[in-house]
Amino acid sequence: MALTGLDIYKLLPKTNCKECGFPTCLAFALKLAAKGAELSACPHVSEEAKAALESASAPPIRLVTLGAGDHKLEVGNEVVLFRHEKTFYHQPGLAFRVKDTQPAQELAAAVAEAAGYFVERVGMCLALDAIAVENASGEPATFAECVKTVKAKANQPLILMSRNPASIEAALSAGAGDRPLIYAADGENWEAMAALAKKYDCPLAVRAKGDLEELATLADQVVKAGVADLVLDPGSRDLAGTLAHATQIRRLAIKKNFRPLGFPVITFPGEGAESIEQEAIAASQHIAKYVGIVVLDHFNPCMVYPLLTLRQNIYTDPQKPIQVAPGIYKFNEPGPNSPLLVTTNFSLTYFSVAGEIETSNVPTWLVIADAEGLSVLTAWAAGKFSAESIAKFIKSCGITDQVERKVLTLPGLVATLSGELEEELPGWKIAVGPREAVDLQGFLKGIRG
Amino acid sequence: MAVTVQIPIEKAAGNVREVTLGATATEGGTRTSTVTVGGESSLPFLHFESPVPHRPAVGVEIHDWNPEDWPAHLREAWGDVMNDPTEWAKAAVKAGADLVVLRLTGTNPDGLNRSAEQGAETVKAVLKAVGVPLIVYGPGQAQKDNEVLLKVAEAAAGERIALGDIENTNYRTIVAAALGSGHIVISQSPIDVNMAKQCNILATDMGLPPDRLLMDPTTGALGYGLEYTYSVMERLRLSAFQNDPMTQFPMICTVGEESWRQKESKTLEGVPEVWGDIKERSIMWEILTASSLLQAGADILVLRHPKSVEQVKLSIDKLMKA
Ligand code: B12
Ligand code: SF4
Repeated sequence: MALTGLDIYKLLPKTNCKECGFPTCLAFALKLAAKGAELSACPHVSEEAKAALESASAPPIRLVTLGAGDHKLEVGNEVVLFRHEKTFYHQPGLAFRVKDTQPAQELAAAVAEAAGYFVERVGMCLALDAIAVENASGEPATFAECVKTVKAKANQPLILMSRNPASIEAALSAGAGDRPLIYAADGENWEAMAALAKKYDCPLAVRAKGDLEELATLADQVVKAGVADLVLDPGSRDLAGTLAHATQIRRLAIKKNFRPLGFPVITFPGEGAESIEQEAIAASQHIAKYVGIVVLDHFNPCMVYPLLTLRQNIYTDPQKPIQVAPGIYKFNEPGPNSPLLVTTNFSLTYFSVAGEIETSNVPTWLVIADAEGLSVLTAWAAGKFSAESIAKFIKSCGITDQVERKVLTLPGLVATLSGELEEELPGWKIAVGPREAVDLQGFLKGIRG
Repeated sequence: MAVTVQIPIEKAAGNVREVTLGATATEGGTRTSTVTVGGESSLPFLHFESPVPHRPAVGVEIHDWNPEDWPAHLREAWGDVMNDPTEWAKAAVKAGADLVVLRLTGTNPDGLNRSAEQGAETVKAVLKAVGVPLIVYGPGQAQKDNEVLLKVAEAAAGERIALGDIENTNYRTIVAAALGSGHIVISQSPIDVNMAKQCNILATDMGLPPDRLLMDPTTGALGYGLEYTYSVMERLRLSAFQNDPMTQFPMICTVGEESWRQKESKTLEGVPEVWGDIKERSIMWEILTASSLLQAGADILVLRHPKSVEQVKLSIDKLMKA
């Protein structure tokens, strides 16, 4: 929780020397609490006060970074329990796991496919964020060799999975790319693993055997050993258990500012899953409920694409709807006499309508008017999709030079606009289309006769 | 030294009501099994906070005619049974349906326009064919819904079926029909907390006992508004725990209808290759829409594909283990 002005005041010298530009320390403290000033403005604040202020204002869940540059993965630093309270900020990283016991040929191909996969949805490029390499052989040399093969096929950061510090060191010294995640420190090997994390400046996963007190104690030891970037694995693998732990860890951080567990969580939905459907169901739960890194054991587009879509949905900022660019969209090579439809630039609206036009195979013009990314009825209710705004856009967007058939079809839900629109668009006839995009195919085929 | 962890437990001021679908012989019906949902006093499956009284139920959606607009790869999962609602209902139960959801789309005035009486006949036949509880929807057009559901309510008197749906602008006839024959009502609202409460008030003000109302917050499929449904469900469930009586109803999600309507589930040609195999992906689309809404508080999930029923039920088994 953020400190109050009074809490901060207690930590200041209270000499009212005004060097910070404020008449009194109290005034400075209040401004600092309201994030209107920087602590550095006061040259006399003590080291302990500075440390206390910094830790109190640190986010309840640390932001942990894997990799660097374009392929950086940032997880953690969430501030709410429910997206509707504000928004979720850092979508969970989706990773794919391979093992150093797989034949090099097969491994390279699997990594290339998973790492190279991307799909475009609602104008955004969705892809996997990390590749996990497991030291199934237990051998440092085999592991280092495998990491090299994987690195050659993937730009994403790696997750180095071994309980053997020697294997982790072998991989790190042979070169495991920018800022890999080391998985994992446990009750036995945490000192050696913490030393490696510090030496190579890598985030370190801490793994318990299903008990949060064991996890918190271990995490606390590792932090005290000087490692700041942690990822937590409570050790549960069942659906109910991972849900309970992820929820408890998130609540402790957000509601109690409980530092020892103030880190992102990592899960392995494939472990114990009887089918890829069960793995996908577990992964969907982790995406929705509080996990920072989700490591998949199977790479299959029929599962990865919907999981990436789900992540996009849950992590969309409820206050900022996703929009498409206003303008003229052509389907199935429309001509001067093809039907002309208009709707709003809310992505969901656009994709609902675009999908139906495409499937109808009828050459069609679709004009997308700027309605601040709101759906048809929402925009109409908010006055952002009116006869006036539609007419203005029809005249300015250039469609009038491309069509001879001056008939504009409105969404059925705003049929009431047609009269007013006919006045605003002299020379045009205003038609009313179906209320639901699903019925557009029939409607368009009807026009084509 | 060991760090102690004090798990924050939230105490709800109120809980979701329990609603039982179906009436056995002793209760004046002919069901061989009933389904009770709701009763929660903590968020989904948080056993550490309070016991989870009832497992969410999975219904299978069937129609009173063979819907041609369903994708072939969905139809082939059922085959010829789709031509006879009684056979389809039996197959649904065999596939694991806890209850059957019968949509009388054959009575749609823009379609086959069958009569309300024919709809009621179909309901009686399905009630004879299977022993699980039944949910019945009209064709989805207000005026015909009223006519059809009035006849259906009478035909199924005493069976404690659920009638779907009422909305703020169309509820009187259906609520009256439910009151007269001991049925349950499904109140639908367009992903909007206030409109959901308004509809529930209208129904309960007519004397409908609160333990005979289910809430349908309107399902947005994965990639097509799911996040709006997800958040409105969380908000409704949280307000139920703050003891707002007009949100303390179990929630039903029409997952199959919404998910199989989308391009990712039905379109064969002209889709990106990176979408993966259509058969597996379309089932995954329904499964993940269902699994996400389970986390937001869904008490009844209505599905279309038997594989989805199998996989979602398996995940519910796991989630119900404390
Ligand atoms: C999500 C939502 C919101 C979100 C915004 C989401 C967004 N980006 O638009 C939020 C919460 C911000 C919101 C706000 C408001 N909303 Co609102 N909202 C909805 C809700 C629940 C879903 C809207 C949606 O996503 N629809 C999905 C899209 C795809 O539908 P669509 O754009 O209409 O497109 C479909 C059809 O129109 C058709 N179609 C589309 N284009 C075309 C083109 C042609 C040619 C054809 C033929 C067909 C066609 O195909 C599509 C699919 O079938 C609806 C209720 C509902 N379930 O519809 C209420 C609803 C639209 N909202 C409503 C209202 C009143 C508002 C507010 C004014 C509330 C308020 N008083 O503040 C505000 C206004 C916004 C503002 N900034 O002031 C009302 C509108 C009532 C009315 N009759 O005017 C609704 C209907 C809810 C209600 N009944 O009260 N809303
Ligand atoms: S500079 Fe520091 S000590 Fe001086 S008045 Fe400001 S806060 Fe107080």
